[in-house]
Amino acid sequence: MSIPLSWYLILSAALFSIGLFGVLSRRNAVAILLSVELMLNAVNINLVAFWRFLNPVQMAGQVFAVIVFAVAAAEVAVGLALIISIYRRRNTVVADEVDLMKW
Amino acid sequence: MTPEQIIFFLCAVFVLTSALMVVTTRKLIHAALWLVSALFGVAVLYATLDAGFMAVVQVVIYIGAIAVLFIFAVMLTRKEMRDRGPQLRSGWWLAALLGLLVFSGLTFLMVTQPGINRTAPAIPAGVDTLANLGNALVSPNAYVLPFEVASILLLAALIGAVYVAAGKK
Repeated sequence: MSIPLSWYLILSAALFSIGLFGVLSRRNAVAILLSVELMLNAVNINLVAFWRFLNPVQMAGQVFAVIVFAVAAAEVAVGLALIISIYRRRNTVVADEVDLMKW
Repeated sequence: MTPEQIIFFLCAVFVLTSALMVVTTRKLIHAALWLVSALFGVAVLYATLDAGFMAVVQVVIYIGAIAVLFIFAVMLTRKEMRDRGPQLRSGWWLAALLGLLVFSGLTFLMVTQPGINRTAPAIPAGVDTLANLGNALVSPNAYVLPFEVASILLLAALIGAVYVAAGKK
């Protein structure tokens, strides 16, 4: 292994920032969820990189990444169900137009 | 540059290009497909980190389940805003600025930490990380509780998703 830790961390910081940009700037709710997936992946790269570079015998980093997988799957299932339900009722997937709870 | 570094660079360029396409491309179905390619790149990164299990899980769960779910959702909500109208909010440059700020801030913080340029220690001989991971996930002394909580969370999300998406009878 000749790759320094900083390369992985900078890559995941870049991926996280791209995801953040997507979450804040996209109008379509499905696209916002896609960007959230990018951010979760950036976090996972960090977790696995720290596991490998700090203590590869202790499995905490990988276990945490596996839990993040499960949470991501749950988040996508519920999120997309909500979007489909909203689409049925209001015929839109634009996040700005779903303002029932805005006062 | 060693071959590993070249692989990392190609992979990083691939992942970042795909990620940029995910957040900027106009057609949503293309964004979902670009997400698949970004996820593949991340799987290769896991392989370069000696986390083979994570690479396989990335392909099976993220690409096999989550990305396909996204494509279904895109197709089910396709009628609206297919190609017309702006795909980005009017204040997108503010979001870009914030993203750049977060990236430069994180990078600055990281490069000033000591030991950031360390290379990975060799995995000790006789240590099977895959067996360790399996044991850690089911051992009462390790992470069996978070593992079970995650399974309950998935069950709850499944039931909730069915209930929310099913609609009125």
